[in-house]
Amino acid sequence: MEKILVIGNGMVGYKFCEKFVAKGGLNSFRLTVFGEEDKRAYDRVQLSSYFTNPDFNSLALSSENWYEDQGVELLLNDKIIAVDTVKKQVTSESGLIRDFDKLIIATGSSCFIPPIKGMDKEGVFAYRTIDDLDAIIAYSKTCKTAAVLGGGLLGLEAAKAIKDLDLEAHVVEFAPRLMPRQLDTAGATLLREKIEASGVQIHLSKSTKEISGNGSIEGLSFNDDTFLKVDMLVVSAGIRPNDMLGKVMGLTLGDRGGIVVDNTLETSIKDVFAIGEVALFDGMIFGLVAPGYEMAEVLAHNLLSEDTQFFSAPDLSTKLKLIGTEVGSFGDALSEAQGDSYPIIYQDSLKGIYKRINICKKENILLGGVLVGDTSSYGMLLQMTLNKMKLPETPSSLITPATTEGATGLSVVDLPDDALICSCENITKEGICNPIKEGEAISLNELKKCTKAGTGCGGCIPMINELIEATLQSLGKDVKKYICEHFTYTRQELYSLIQVKSYKSYASVLDNLGKGSGCETCKPLVVSLLASIWNDLILDNNNDTAQDTNDRFLANIQRGGTYSVVPRIPGGEITPDKLIVIGEVAKKYDLYTKITGGQRIDMFGASLSDLPMIWETLIAAGFESGHAYGKSMRTVKSCVGSSWCRYGVQDAVGFAIEIEHRYKGIRSPHKLKSAVSGCVRECAEAQCKDFGIIATEKGWNLYVCGNGGAKPQHGSLLAVDLDRATCIRYIDRFLMFYIKTAEPLMRTSKWIHTLSGGIDYLKEVILDDSLGICADLERQMQHHVDSYICEWKDVVETPSKRSKFTHFVNSSQEDSTIEFVPMRDMKMPKPWESS
Amino acid sequence: MKNWIKVAAVSDIPTNGGACVKVADLQIAIFNFSKENRWFATQNLCPHKKEMVLSRGLIGSDQNRPKVACPFHKKTFSLEDGSCLSGEDYTIQTYPVKIENEMVFVEV
Ligand code: SRM
Ligand SMILES: Cc1cc2nc3c(=O)[nH]c(=O)nc-3n(C[C@H](O)[C@H](O)[C@H](O)COP(=O)(O)OP(=O)(O)OC[C@H]3O[C@@H](n4cnc5c(N)ncnc54)[C@H](O)[C@@H]3O)c2cc1C
Ligand code: SF4
Ligand code: FES
Repeated sequence: MEKILVIGNGMVGYKFCEKFVAKGGLNSFRLTVFGEEDKRAYDRVQLSSYFTNPDFNSLALSSENWYEDQGVELLLNDKIIAVDTVKKQVTSESGLIRDFDKLIIATGSSCFIPPIKGMDKEGVFAYRTIDDLDAIIAYSKTCKTAAVLGGGLLGLEAAKAIKDLDLEAHVVEFAPRLMPRQLDTAGATLLREKIEASGVQIHLSKSTKEISGNGSIEGLSFNDDTFLKVDMLVVSAGIRPNDMLGKVMGLTLGDRGGIVVDNTLETSIKDVFAIGEVALFDGMIFGLVAPGYEMAEVLAHNLLSEDTQFFSAPDLSTKLKLIGTEVGSFGDALSEAQGDSYPIIYQDSLKGIYKRINICKKENILLGGVLVGDTSSYGMLLQMTLNKMKLPETPSSLITPATTEGATGLSVVDLPDDALICSCENITKEGICNPIKEGEAISLNELKKCTKAGTGCGGCIPMINELIEATLQSLGKDVKKYICEHFTYTRQELYSLIQVKSYKSYASVLDNLGKGSGCETCKPLVVSLLASIWNDLILDNNNDTAQDTNDRFLANIQRGGTYSVVPRIPGGEITPDKLIVIGEVAKKYDLYTKITGGQRIDMFGASLSDLPMIWETLIAAGFESGHAYGKSMRTVKSCVGSSWCRYGVQDAVGFAIEIEHRYKGIRSPHKLKSAVSGCVRECAEAQCKDFGIIATEKGWNLYVCGNGGAKPQHGSLLAVDLDRATCIRYIDRFLMFYIKTAEPLMRTSKWIHTLSGGIDYLKEVILDDSLGICADLERQMQHHVDSYICEWKDVVETPSKRSKFTHFVNSSQEDSTIEFVPMRDMKMPKPWESS
Repeated sequence: MKNWIKVAAVSDIPTNGGACVKVADLQIAIFNFSKENRWFATQNLCPHKKEMVLSRGLIGSDQNRPKVACPFHKKTFSLEDGSCLSGEDYTIQTYPVKIENEMVFVEV
């Protein structure tokens, strides 16, 4: 068999192996890989995440045994030091000699270390490998401040990492602006402001004369005679291709390094190829991973197939998040092309947004552009540029904020068929639409399976979703949000069907309305509907195994497979006696305790089999389930209100307790949170809750659809100066209407945006009863209130349910793999393994 | 050498769900698809974050292939060949199961 030898087990070297194996290459070739690092290939692009999560496995590109399982010979920690192109042999540092028929050089690049005096001092680091990061982390323990040399992409990422290590971070850049290769002056200035606001200090136009210090670094002296005192320096001033082997082999190199390759990636010697960051194509080294992956694909294909593919210069557009700021740069971003190019610029300094597009007037097309602060239109603009699409009548509409959503007048439908949508898997618009038209796929998941589109970085998924919807619509198909492959219904349809047909169990719903065995999407959804409609106990009717683990065991599963225990503490009010019980329980079962953000107490680290005993004690002391595990009512936070606070105008605690008792246990599309504040000072933060109440001199103001969490949103005012009874009536209607009509896992804050007319429409439905359903909604809520039973009390008192809380069904032993480590004066689960 | 080991009574394993059994030092997850009357067994350890929890996952089907979803991060695994169905490079160990006289046996 012919032998292929790959030098370098980095991102591109690995990708080559993966593609080569997937194409069946091992049927006709033997594959050997040498890597200098002692670790198998990992994701360098995500390298910085290693600072916050030093777990090699989450960076590794393959499983540990992948190479062995496939039959690829992998030799790590062994650098190739010589190549004999006549004998076709390589020699490694450890003295191994291997023959090859075809040689692939994928040795990547190294950090360029500028020739500045003092670079050899202790405390100066490169930023390229996991070993570099380990060294940086270790050294940082003795430091307070650190600087990054280089204000490009990587330098800014390194600065963020330094900040995450709790050091004072500085960035030193030679050019007069940040990211000089991707951004124009105005964009770079905005980026700089945003980054400085986050606490990283930026020093521009600084040329470094010397790294000073006695043995180890103490600071940087600049040519303008200024000095920056720092304890550590991370160098990120560009890359240098690792082309030493090429040089000794006599391959043609570029003037500034890099092994020259042609469009089949062959070097100047036959059967010797170069790919990735060591390869110089068309005078360029591509410092990005996507072009490297494309090279790997082309080479793997050509080695195995007769019809030759050619590599062509890639698009170097980028979109990323830098220290919390979105930045995009595409096409001819800086308008360097000569001729009749003119820019259109939109800037909103208050919101921190800068957008610029470069237009070619003659051809009426987009050449490229820069986006800082808001990259939501990146995908569309890039597509327009790459496909040379004609511009709309007022091109400025492409970047000015739309008055109503989607008003830019452009949609994916306008793209040409060969527009590349998924660049990771190389799939065009046609490649996505055809399977839909031919009925092979009607959902994103099905499409992923039959085309692999969207399975890489996922950046194209919003566009794919739009394409699916548009294509289905064009076929005259109803675009329905089906739940999953087992139910061709929407959540709302299922809700009505269950109600009309009186189904009580997941099994009967699946038998009558669905197909297959169900899945992790439809099971929790259906049992949540059953609970919302009938309010039967969620573990009854054999529904327990259709509940998510948290609902099945009435507790949140946490690291190590232990559970947390959250008793309800309505309104945050608790007696000393109850506090003592919590203390005693936590002590007896050795639980970690914490005051939560929801004004109650969470006890972590309970084993499955201890849960019933813990709850038995809590219930005896008058506690109830806090439903912290369910998509259900969580807490109603309160402030002390008029009973204690000198500003309070109403009894906020009393009202909060009443409300929490009323809605406890209710199952809904997502969790529900509430709060009641005793006056406009709003100490209970009611405006960021699903429904929140603020006391006024005359009564209560009711806000709805607020949210903290991932995408904060202030609630909208639904009604003012209500008395308690009316306020409750409106909340009953509001919650029931939400429960009946929202999509699965949609909080109220998103749901309101799905109602056309938004809050005004909601007012009509709830205050004016425009749909004539309010009496029904109130009746359904009253049924819920009347039939409430504490789930935990039921389990504690029912031996057949209680016996299900064990780790093994054939042994009373505990799971011996759970391990804890001490933390402050308590304990925590042993952190997830890293290797 | 492989042996059939009696691990539990059929009634010990919840219908349409899973449970964990201990076989010497091994933790094995047993899954009961009561509707289809099919049984499966796999390792209890989820390869993703090495948590002993697969038996507590939701079971179901993916284009008629039986699967389990890990309760932690919802990665799904084929119960037939142990492959990861959510597109990652994991495989879990599967074991043959048989039912005799209302008892569950696993071949280990
Ligand atoms: C314990 C607690 C943090 C703390 O130490 O204080 C917490 C812990 C968890 N939160 Fe939270 N959240 C806690 C208050 C909050 C708050 C603050 C609040 O309620 O005032 C918020 C923002 C407010 C909001 O929801 O609008 C909050 C927003 C989230 C979100 C994001 C929701 C969103 O709409 O974006 C999630 C994720 C989700 O639900 O999908 C989440 C999910 C979680 C989960 C359930 C994640 C998980 O599955 O393990 C955590 C489980 C804890 C456990 O095992 O009991 N938690 N979480 C707080 C418990 C409150 C309570 O007593 O019930
Ligand atoms: C911190 C950081 C962030 C980045 N972020 C992004 C990003 O957001 N987007 C993006 O597109 N790109 C990014 N990149 C760039 C991306 O990582 C590279 O483009 C990619 O890794 C290049 O792959 P490669 O295989 O050519 O080189 P490498 O991944 O560097 O692999 C080369 C391997 O060859 C080994 N080697 C060298 N010489 C020998 C020898 N003689 N014998 C044996 N082995 C040898 C090296 O040790 C190394 O392991 C980032 C890079 C870094 C460092
Ligand atoms: S923010 Fe909430 S979900 Fe995230 S780690 Fe903290 S408790 Fe867990
Ligand atoms: S631990 Fe199983 S999916 Fe993460």
